[in-house]
Amino acid sequence: MRAIWKYLSDVLKGIWTLIQGMRVTGHYFFRPWLIVTQQYPENRRKLVMFERFRGEVTMPHNENNEHKCTGCGICEISCPNGSIEIITATVLLPDGKKKRIIDKHIYHLGMCSLCNLCVKNCPSDAIVMAQTFEHAVWDRTQLTKVLNRPGSKIMEGIKE
Amino acid sequence: MGEAEQDRIETQEYLVNMGPQHPSTHGVLRLLLKLEGEIVHHVDPHIGYIHSGIEKMCESLTYPQIPYLTDRMDYLSAHMNEEAVCLCIENALGVEVPDRVKYIRTIFSELQRLASHQLWWCVMGMDLGALTTFFYGLRDREKILDIFEETCGARLTLHYSIPGGLMFDIHPNFRNRVHEFLNYFREKLPEYDQLLTGNVIFQERTRGIGIFPREAVINYGVTGPSGRASGFSCDVRKHHPYSAYPFVSFQEALDDRCDTLARYKVRIREMWESMSIIEQLIDNIPEGDYQVKLKGVVKLPEGEYFQRVESARGDFGVFIISDGKKSPYRLKFRSPGFSNLSALHAMSKGWKIADLVAIMSSLDLVIPDIDR
Amino acid sequence: MAFSIYDFSSFTQSIHEGLSNRLSPAGTLAVEWVIVGIVILLFVAVFGLFLVYAERKVCAFFQQRLGPMRVGPWGLVQTIADFIKLLMKELIQPARADKFLYNLAPFIVIIVTFLAISVIPFAKGLQAFDFDIGVFFVTSITAVGVIGILLAGWSSNNKYSLIGAMRSGAQIISYELSVGLSLITIVILAGTLQLSGIVEAQRAGWFIYRGHIPAIIAFFVFVIAGTAETNRGPFDLAEAESELTAGFHTEYSGIKFAFFFLAEYVNLFIVSAMATTVFLGGWMPLHFGNLEEFNHVMDLIPPVFWFFIKVFFVIFLIMWFKWTFPRLRIDQILTLEWKFLLPINLFNIILMTVIVLMGWHF
Ligand code: SF4
Ligand code: SF4
Repeated sequence: MRAIWKYLSDVLKGIWTLIQGMRVTGHYFFRPWLIVTQQYPENRRKLVMFERFRGEVTMPHNENNEHKCTGCGICEISCPNGSIEIITATVLLPDGKKKRIIDKHIYHLGMCSLCNLCVKNCPSDAIVMAQTFEHAVWDRTQLTKVLNRPGSKIMEGIKE
Repeated sequence: MGEAEQDRIETQEYLVNMGPQHPSTHGVLRLLLKLEGEIVHHVDPHIGYIHSGIEKMCESLTYPQIPYLTDRMDYLSAHMNEEAVCLCIENALGVEVPDRVKYIRTIFSELQRLASHQLWWCVMGMDLGALTTFFYGLRDREKILDIFEETCGARLTLHYSIPGGLMFDIHPNFRNRVHEFLNYFREKLPEYDQLLTGNVIFQERTRGIGIFPREAVINYGVTGPSGRASGFSCDVRKHHPYSAYPFVSFQEALDDRCDTLARYKVRIREMWESMSIIEQLIDNIPEGDYQVKLKGVVKLPEGEYFQRVESARGDFGVFIISDGKKSPYRLKFRSPGFSNLSALHAMSKGWKIADLVAIMSSLDLVIPDIDR
Repeated sequence: MAFSIYDFSSFTQSIHEGLSNRLSPAGTLAVEWVIVGIVILLFVAVFGLFLVYAERKVCAFFQQRLGPMRVGPWGLVQTIADFIKLLMKELIQPARADKFLYNLAPFIVIIVTFLAISVIPFAKGLQAFDFDIGVFFVTSITAVGVIGILLAGWSSNNKYSLIGAMRSGAQIISYELSVGLSLITIVILAGTLQLSGIVEAQRAGWFIYRGHIPAIIAFFVFVIAGTAETNRGPFDLAEAESELTAGFHTEYSGIKFAFFFLAEYVNLFIVSAMATTVFLGGWMPLHFGNLEEFNHVMDLIPPVFWFFIKVFFVIFLIMWFKWTFPRLRIDQILTLEWKFLLPINLFNIILMTVIVLMGWHF
């Protein structure tokens, strides 16, 4: 007799635990306003990334097309992947002295692991992380970018 | 059927390749199974399909560059891995980081542990066939990833700890978000129990399956929740406290039933403990600097250095041999997943294929952690 | 010809008469067969696709997702797009597969579903074949489906497929018992094996109400066993994604895979339709004892709709199971059948017999 009771109570207890589980899923089924997924390309306009989000390395320029990069090459050294190449040029200043300036700050987005070391180590804060994330392109040569814009020059008052 | 007749029916063991692309090996692990019918006679793990040579690469990186790479080993405990490397380098240099850094690192580690256990939970459900758990786990993990993203700009490979401190200070919104998350998750965690833990089918699938006694656990070097489920007290946070763990009180989740259900329950209890640790720390983060300025070129004095931390999967160790140059002479990681995988064969021998999947899930393997 | 959505018998009758006026009896029969065939084919295709869509939506809502949203409004055309994709895929045949059986298996599986659908009474007079032994026919014909699965697993020359097929064989053979016995419980009450007769007998009240305790037990046993018979979660061992990748249909691609896929959903419909017919009053509207007004309003809803409302209720229940529970292990499945469902069922039959003999039912 006791065996039968145990059998029956096992069955009922088992069913009860199953109902518990169904209650959880049922709870969400009948509350569609709790849906958490987003419709990505549609919500593009509303989508705001966090301001620290590391999307790609960029070099901000001001309205006079000036940046802060001195061409010191520290970012190139600190990059673990070799994604940055600094090409410098030497110009003759009016007072006769030679000065090294940045010619091309080449950045390979395809090789970058977005570790932030270059941004952190740049002595003149010339590069920052942008919040873009749609990096897909048709051809990977497009992932190689020159960060200093053509014709740009260094801001006044940035010391090496 | 008489015995003589039984002898005449020849049964045969056969080999089945499980992986390297199989839904329940979670990555590119290949198991060579020797089966008789449904019963597993032998499991032979073959690794190396995702070998990335991280240890070797580290020999050519400078010390500040190493942590970013360790994120990519056990990507689910990225912060713990970074922390281990950073602590090791800091100890070697004799640098004492401010308390603020210690607190924040610990909070991040615990958040990371929560995120990792959430993912483990949803994957465990999925492996056992309850597909809905997968989405509930990911839903809650998303909240933690948002916290990470707001403070350090990345969700998975954080690169937040650097030798000497942290990459950024915490975001002004950090405390609020963590509180928000704790309140949210405290309501959701009992749901996990209702949906899966209590479920009679789940209990049947896990109770008494893959029993692995304490001696065996110690012999195989199984650590972390999988080891603690067999009564092996191996929590590095308790036995060799680092960062802010000396300042908090928490219980080491131990179980002595040694089966898959015990491994499951230890992890669920660890989630509660992690929440209580975060709660103790979050309002007491001391003011101060978030990093110590190190020299431009970090060079470790000649010698051997070792640091272990408790990652989400167990005892994670970093061993550095330095010859005084700016990159290590040799760097070795002791990854918990590797030792845990080595026990898979002993655990699953004699059980069915379905049990093998459950046992593997309960070990919480992350393949790049094994194949680093 | 008085066509009414409430009673299709006059409609079908008029078609039959119209045909037999023009053709010989044999010709009439042939034309009717063709008509029935085409209707069932269309029904299977459309309803199967719709069920796939429904399942994806239902599971998405269980999981706090939106599900398919891209193709058509609310993703309504998604499954049709998927089907077209499957149609255009290459049919790959594994090397050293048993060619004949490999190609035959999907057809067995899908043909069985057609046969089973043919006896289901959708509404009064809307039933292709009205056998005297309808219940028996359905249980026996659905059991043939397992042969298709076994062949698929055997002929694919793949160990995963074979394991899946063997599991499926053991499982379906066991659960056939429960399906049959739980139906017999109601047959005792109804006193007929004819499906239309069973529905007609429920005019006074659905069997799940009239047979009270044993009928409710039989209903749940039937739903559980039916879920197992259709190889759906938590009994989806034959596919067992996380263990056997895709089980018996691992090696199938393109349209042949689509057959298996479609058959699974149509089988789901068949189980639900049987549950509806036998337990929930078929196309009978919901009536409450002496609430005349209420009953009258319910009568206004056409029987076909009643049938589908009930079917969807059962389908939803089965989907709810699938998206909540973990999968059982093969030995546990057999334990559940032989140690729990079967004894309960046998006891239940005795109980029902006693109740019918003593006239304790409503
Ligand atoms: S970006 Fe910064 S670190 Fe790099 S070259 Fe320019 S100034 Fe130097
Ligand atoms: S973010 Fe890291 S990987 Fe990318 S360019 Fe900077 S240093 Fe190199």
